[in-house]
Amino acid sequence: MGFISNDIIIEKYLRKDMLPTIFCTGCGIGSVMNYALRAIHDLNIDMNETVFVSGIGCSSRVPGYIYSDGLHSLHGRAIAYATGVKLANPKLKVIVFTGDGDCGAIGGNHFLHAIRRNVDITVISINNFIYGMTGGQVAPTTPLNSKTTTTPYGNIEYPIDLSMMAKVIGAPYVARWTTAHPVQCISSIKKALQKTGFSFVEVLAPCPTSYGRLNKMGNTLDMTKHFKESTINIKLYEKMLADGKTTDKMVIGELVDIEKEDFNTKYNKFCGELK
Amino acid sequence: MTNDVIRLLGRKDLFIQGDDAAVYGALIADCRFFAGYPITPATEVAEGMALWMPKLGGVYVQMEDEIASIAAVIGASCTGVKSMTATSGPGFSLMQECIGYACMAEIPCVIVNVQRGGPSTGQPTEAAQGDVMQAMWGTHGDHQIIALAPKSVQETLDLTIEAFNLSEDYRVPVILLLDAEIGHMREKVVLPEVVNVKVDERVPATIGPDKYRPYRTGFTRTSKVPEFAPFGSGYRTYVTGLTHDKRGFPVTTSADVHEELVRRLIEKVQDDMDVIWYHEDLFLDDAEIIVISYGTTSRPAVSAVKMARKSGIKVGHIRLITIWPFHYEKMKELLKNAHTIIVPEMNLGQMVHPIRETVGKDIKVISAPKIGGAIHTPYEILKCIEEE
Repeated sequence: MGFISNDIIIEKYLRKDMLPTIFCTGCGIGSVMNYALRAIHDLNIDMNETVFVSGIGCSSRVPGYIYSDGLHSLHGRAIAYATGVKLANPKLKVIVFTGDGDCGAIGGNHFLHAIRRNVDITVISINNFIYGMTGGQVAPTTPLNSKTTTTPYGNIEYPIDLSMMAKVIGAPYVARWTTAHPVQCISSIKKALQKTGFSFVEVLAPCPTSYGRLNKMGNTLDMTKHFKESTINIKLYEKMLADGKTTDKMVIGELVDIEKEDFNTKYNKFCGELK
Repeated sequence: MTNDVIRLLGRKDLFIQGDDAAVYGALIADCRFFAGYPITPATEVAEGMALWMPKLGGVYVQMEDEIASIAAVIGASCTGVKSMTATSGPGFSLMQECIGYACMAEIPCVIVNVQRGGPSTGQPTEAAQGDVMQAMWGTHGDHQIIALAPKSVQETLDLTIEAFNLSEDYRVPVILLLDAEIGHMREKVVLPEVVNVKVDERVPATIGPDKYRPYRTGFTRTSKVPEFAPFGSGYRTYVTGLTHDKRGFPVTTSADVHEELVRRLIEKVQDDMDVIWYHEDLFLDDAEIIVISYGTTSRPAVSAVKMARKSGIKVGHIRLITIWPFHYEKMKELLKNAHTIIVPEMNLGQMVHPIRETVGKDIKVISAPKIGGAIHTPYEILKCIEEE
């Protein structure tokens, strides 16, 4: 993988008449879109047979900027729409862009069951710990004690860990990185796109405008520093566990990579037996 | 394909329930994707599709709830596959947001609603016609869907095929309003002859991807229905529930774009009202009293009208087959000579409202409601007629 200039990515993959994006200064969503497109470029995926599906929220605007088929569905429902697309036409590569609220709160049940069903889709969840589109309300991922516009005295609810949830329910590929890990991110998205079955990549992304400002991290640099400090690589984490130690830090890295027959393969098998 | 299905179904005469008839209608109409969630009294539709879809190269999937079911149906339809779901009141309520999405994004789909007593969990095994207004107005914002109400098991099969055709022709969600009575009743059904079956497909893009605009209309034909390019066809379309321009791109703050779009979504259906609006009438020539009914209720209503005729009462009957859109002009014309209209319904009065709106204060309109699960008896309707 050589270095590809942004110009090439823009020229080849973006709908230029949809630009500029709606993203705020310092927002991490554009970076994740960039990582995903670089992964697609490296794998030489045919954009005529790729569908990007999203729900509602800042990160769900991503498919609108990508020059391919796009389905901007309803809040929380991206994975359910994507299931329909993939099962009806298994030839299509289906990639879901979703936020932490879209995926973990209103769409939590669809997330859970698409993993259980092992539908062959790739879900990229951009986790900025807050509802950005509506101006900074508490999300299911908001850390304890964090301030948001609807938790002005601090968040008293325990946050959900999307990647661990995906792992526990049995997704064959799960990885979590932050926007400060571009190389690792691209590499994991590539692996996710090549995995048959439900693959999940969570990317912790800065929202300096809503989350950062309310929590004394008003710029991307502060937020990036925070990500570096509040996360721990799985390899280090496992070493710690072996040494009998533990940590509150969020584990990042490649969390699951196994083989597991997906829905379409199983379905086609028994359809074949019926004939 | 239709040919194969009719051959596969084997015997031409069947003795099946309404839910099964919806399945056979869907198979004949080339439906090849079904997503659903079990709910009384619509579960048999899912069971039928689970049996048949794998045999026909289609997909059956049981989703985690009704919202996911209609969402998957819309996703599947975006790839060009005819898709359907089936539910009852509680599930139909859950589906409303996605039905609005299908209206806005113009994605064809068929929703079978086997109505039961509501509100809430209500009477799961009892018939009702309580979702008539919800079918039209359940989702938010201005829009136009099509809803059909069969009166028998045979008609359920025929109208399921028609529901797919209308959905494809106009790119709107079409709602088939059964009720627990028809859904679970067994009657003789004759499968149509292959030559007599008309199966429509949505109009494909007839122009290259460079010139194609997903929501532009009238450039290759005069209709207000845009041409369709399925996902994976290389047209690279963007589909959104936001207010969008002809390219399909979100434009959310322009009053002009919004008004043009929403008016077109309604007009594309209403302009063709004469084609879409099906009804049946009986003894209207000299009728002074007219009974208007639909679905199951039309069976006792017709019996009552015939009994009243025998005793010399000048009474006629109109059966609405297309429930929505409501053809105000045509109804006004049909009702002009009546002095009284009686509307028996298995709810506390829903279709009676557009009928009152049609005739104004000139004609007396009587609602004859019945709820609780039992259908009207002919004598109950006859009594209403005799009192007028």
